[in-house]
Amino acid sequence: MSDLRIGLLAFQGDYEAHGKALARTGIAPITIVEVRRLSDLEHVDALIIPGGESTVMGMLLERFGMFEALKTRIKEDLPVFATCAGLILLAKNIEGSEQTRLGVLDVTVLRNAYGRQIDSFHSPVRTSIPQIGIIDGVFIRAPKITAFGEGVEVIATHRDAPVMVRQGSIVAATFHPELLPDAPLHRWFIQSLLSKTQG
Amino acid sequence: MEQNLWSSRQSEQWRIKVGLAEMLKGGVIMDVTNAAQAKIAEKAGACAVMALERVPADIRAQGGVARMSDPKIIKEIQDTVSIPVMAKCRIGHFVEAQILEALGVDFIDESEVLTPADDRFHVFKHDFKVPFVCGCRDLGEALRRIGEGAAMIRTKGEAGTGDIIEAVRHMRAVRDGIARLASLRDEELMTTAKELGAPFELVWEVAKTGKLPVPNFSAGGVATPADAALMMQLGAESVFVGSGIFKSGNPERRAAAIVAAVVNYKDPKILAEISEDLGAPMVGIGLDELAESQRIAGRGW
Repeated sequence: MSDLRIGLLAFQGDYEAHGKALARTGIAPITIVEVRRLSDLEHVDALIIPGGESTVMGMLLERFGMFEALKTRIKEDLPVFATCAGLILLAKNIEGSEQTRLGVLDVTVLRNAYGRQIDSFHSPVRTSIPQIGIIDGVFIRAPKITAFGEGVEVIATHRDAPVMVRQGSIVAATFHPELLPDAPLHRWFIQSLLSKTQG
Repeated sequence: MEQNLWSSRQSEQWRIKVGLAEMLKGGVIMDVTNAAQAKIAEKAGACAVMALERVPADIRAQGGVARMSDPKIIKEIQDTVSIPVMAKCRIGHFVEAQILEALGVDFIDESEVLTPADDRFHVFKHDFKVPFVCGCRDLGEALRRIGEGAAMIRTKGEAGTGDIIEAVRHMRAVRDGIARLASLRDEELMTTAKELGAPFELVWEVAKTGKLPVPNFSAGGVATPADAALMMQLGAESVFVGSGIFKSGNPERRAAAIVAAVVNYKDPKILAEISEDLGAPMVGIGLDELAESQRIAGRGW
């Protein structure tokens, strides 16, 4: 089997932390591709959209002519794992904001919903993934998912509120699993890709 | 082995502070003096703004004591943009820092650009919930600031000049310092820590990991997209731009071009395209024209 090619949207944010988290999964063979232009996107089997500033990423997708192509590929079931700003970029609705978004994930989000940086926190997150269970959630200027459509499945909660969801090939979290010392969600994401490709 | 590292023994609060610094990587943090400029910066793709009363070039030109901004301006900027808002306090002025924390700024820059409030001691940054960024000229200074609790380091450069030479010098000094530590044997690290004036545990960590335990950004003198890309190629993880944007002929275009340059810092073709027709850069002052007494990078202990 050829390497799984995982793209990291490398415009801005903690994409390197995601790359390191992928390495920590110990799953080989993975090739990591930093995606900065259209041609990078053509050869990836899955895409990670990191934390950072969603306004910057949205703007750069448009400026570098990648917006429509990415939207189309996600609609054609490109597997995507997004965290924090990545989730905002995917969301259909962003409360009180006109910023560019891909709109492919049927959720409504409120940005900086817990407050400013001094309100950022660490807290346990309960996942519905049996082999993972409860993990540490790192919430940094995090958004909240305030509503979601019928096709959206909640796969993790914090104080009963949804913090990680799945819709089709998209998985998106409001927190930062890439900043944990181990990488259970990255491992789970990669394993789910492998089980798909192996049929 | 990993358990022995200084960074692995830090609190969850420290990790959350460094976490925000991680989110700001690969971006441009722009100095702004009012809400209108903050809006321009955000629209151009800034990943954060630095709220201050006067940009460094004006502080330099006008002289006098430079202090923390008026809280009213900071609040107006916070109400205008959705990206993180940073603000500066004077070196050692822990009450300005307390005020900035009470305002809910996302990052405090304990900055040599303002007039120092203390000529011996910096703020003890572990005491704060808000993360701090501090300037450095070499590895020893970087590690002293990290030891005090800084969650991000920026090389100082010489702010308000539009001359990149000091930024380059400081970034190379930090890199050389790290490379040297990584080449040393364990028994050499304590004396080296003494020589660097840096905490032993941090010297040990850098020697073992080959990198700083917090992100390292670049500041001071960036005026063009090429300057920004130069600092990224030299190892900066993000770039602060002070006077270089709003002291230039066309701030909107220049700001957007510098953002694009940081993303595409390894691609000269794209850099050529985005460097085109940006209007006049800030006039600037060559480092050689600057008397020793007018240099601010030396502030910091």
